[in-house]
Amino acid sequence: MSLTPERLTELKRQAIHLRRLVVESVHHAGAGHLGGPMSAADMLIALYFEVLNIDPSDPHKADRDRFILSKGHSSIGLYSALALRGYFPLEELKTFDAIDSRLQGHPAMDMLPGIDMSSGSLGQGLSPGLGMALAARLKDKSFHTYVMLGDGDSQEGQVWEAALVAGRYRTNNLTAILDLNGLQQYGWATETGYGELARKPPQENPEARWQAFGWNTISIDGHDMEQFIDACSQAKNYHDGPTIIIAHTTKGKGISYMEDDFNWHSKPVTDDDLKQAQEELAAQEAALA
Amino acid sequence: MTTLHLPLTVGDALAAQRDAFGDTLVELIDRDERVYVLDGDLANSTKADKISRERPERFLQMGIAEQNMMGVAAGMASCGLVPWLSSFACFLVNRDLDQLRVVVAQPNLPVKIAGAYSGLLTGKTGKTHQEVSDLSVMRAMPNMTVLSPADAVEVRAAMIAANDSDGPVYIRLTRDPETVVFPSDYTFEIGRAIVVREGSDVTIFSTGAQTVRCLQAADLLAKSGVSAHVVHVPTIKPLDAEAIAEAAARTGRVVTAEDHTIIGGLGGAVAEALGELQPTPMRRVGIRDTFGESAANEDLLEKYGITAEHVANAARDLL
Repeated sequence: MSLTPERLTELKRQAIHLRRLVVESVHHAGAGHLGGPMSAADMLIALYFEVLNIDPSDPHKADRDRFILSKGHSSIGLYSALALRGYFPLEELKTFDAIDSRLQGHPAMDMLPGIDMSSGSLGQGLSPGLGMALAARLKDKSFHTYVMLGDGDSQEGQVWEAALVAGRYRTNNLTAILDLNGLQQYGWATETGYGELARKPPQENPEARWQAFGWNTISIDGHDMEQFIDACSQAKNYHDGPTIIIAHTTKGKGISYMEDDFNWHSKPVTDDDLKQAQEELAAQEAALA
Repeated sequence: MTTLHLPLTVGDALAAQRDAFGDTLVELIDRDERVYVLDGDLANSTKADKISRERPERFLQMGIAEQNMMGVAAGMASCGLVPWLSSFACFLVNRDLDQLRVVVAQPNLPVKIAGAYSGLLTGKTGKTHQEVSDLSVMRAMPNMTVLSPADAVEVRAAMIAANDSDGPVYIRLTRDPETVVFPSDYTFEIGRAIVVREGSDVTIFSTGAQTVRCLQAADLLAKSGVSAHVVHVPTIKPLDAEAIAEAAARTGRVVTAEDHTIIGGLGGAVAEALGELQPTPMRRVGIRDTFGESAANEDLLEKYGITAEHVANAARDLL
């Protein structure tokens, strides 16, 4: 599929709005994850505004496409996408992490319509995605299932159990998206000065790893929405098995002081932080026009 | 509610719970298009292999990867299917406990977990494969229904009830053939404890296949002039606390019996209920905070103190 320049600009504008909502929500809540939602922001907007076959007015529709955020700590990014898409009022984002809110720290499918699977304990999203893909096949349904993984998330062994079994069942109605931002809460960024214990990077050659498990791989720049939308289209049209889109991203993307700094994995946003982020995002939006 | 003709007795007919599991899966598949069986490469032990042979279109081999199997089941359940898991209790309870917690119990999805080879009697496999704390672990998990049927007839009835219930269910199954005690027209009601022998001197609460040994214990006690009231508790959660308090009040003495640790299982659950509702002198017969070992069934029952004689002795101790 190809996007008109106007549509692409509109999607970019929505991604800027999503980033602003993330920073404002975390500022308001006094806690929350930032780096992960920012690396995923462009893909979340592309999914909810262009790729997924969904109806915000009927979030439980049986034939809807499914989306699972395996890196569940990026919940506020997903909530912002859902709110922008019209699943619930933008105002509700202010309840994030507060008592009685539907917007839990990690996504809870039993609490918020629009969440297709609960997540938050890392490594658990791909398996339910495989279950959904198998259910579609068994019941002759045409919906497609998308699962967004993180590179930290993919350190859990269950991801590779799911990868192995999905490869065996050749689930071509399952697409994984690896948000490969290269950072996590603490770990790899601190891996210097260990001398003899110096480590290799954790996601060396992800293409070969996934291909060895029977997956089709497509590598893209995860901040280029045209590349991402095109990759989703290729994945859906690949018939020999599951596809993973390996999306190279920048953690904290879009806010200068957050980019590539693992300390912004999860951190309260001060009033000054908020002001600077809003100014930077406003400048980005102005540059779109 | 089922009306049982008491007393139930220990007859000669033997049947294995796992055979009833395989047979009942076929029955459920034939009457419910939502039912699928997911196997963790143990179907020829759990007897889910009957589905692989007779209803292959409903059988999904998930391989030796229990964490993924639990997650796949959650995904299928979220799309309106009712997945039944086939593996050993020791793996289903421990290996994928976090998956059960996050994607099954928390969203309250109808995944049906059949823990085969529970307890000590696992065919000489030893402590790695003997699951002696599944009832405690599953009972502590919010949203879980926890069932522990006595014989092959009750396994079938419990599976039908579990399949018809909306949320996640754990069913504890025993490996080896045991004596059948329930009549073939028996129906299962989740949350109901059942009097299987009426008596007046001491109340014995039991669960799972241990109920067969408790009926034998009641016979032993009767020979020495002690009248035992035996209550079978096939639903560990939700617990029939009212019936348990009533049965405790009837005799003023309580023994619990299970092929399971005395911590947090039936004994723990009954103690909690009676502590609040009907404090009663009590003995717990079960595995005493230890792991098992590989040995013949009769040697295990004797060494770990869960024979009919042990139950009878605990009752005498209270008199």
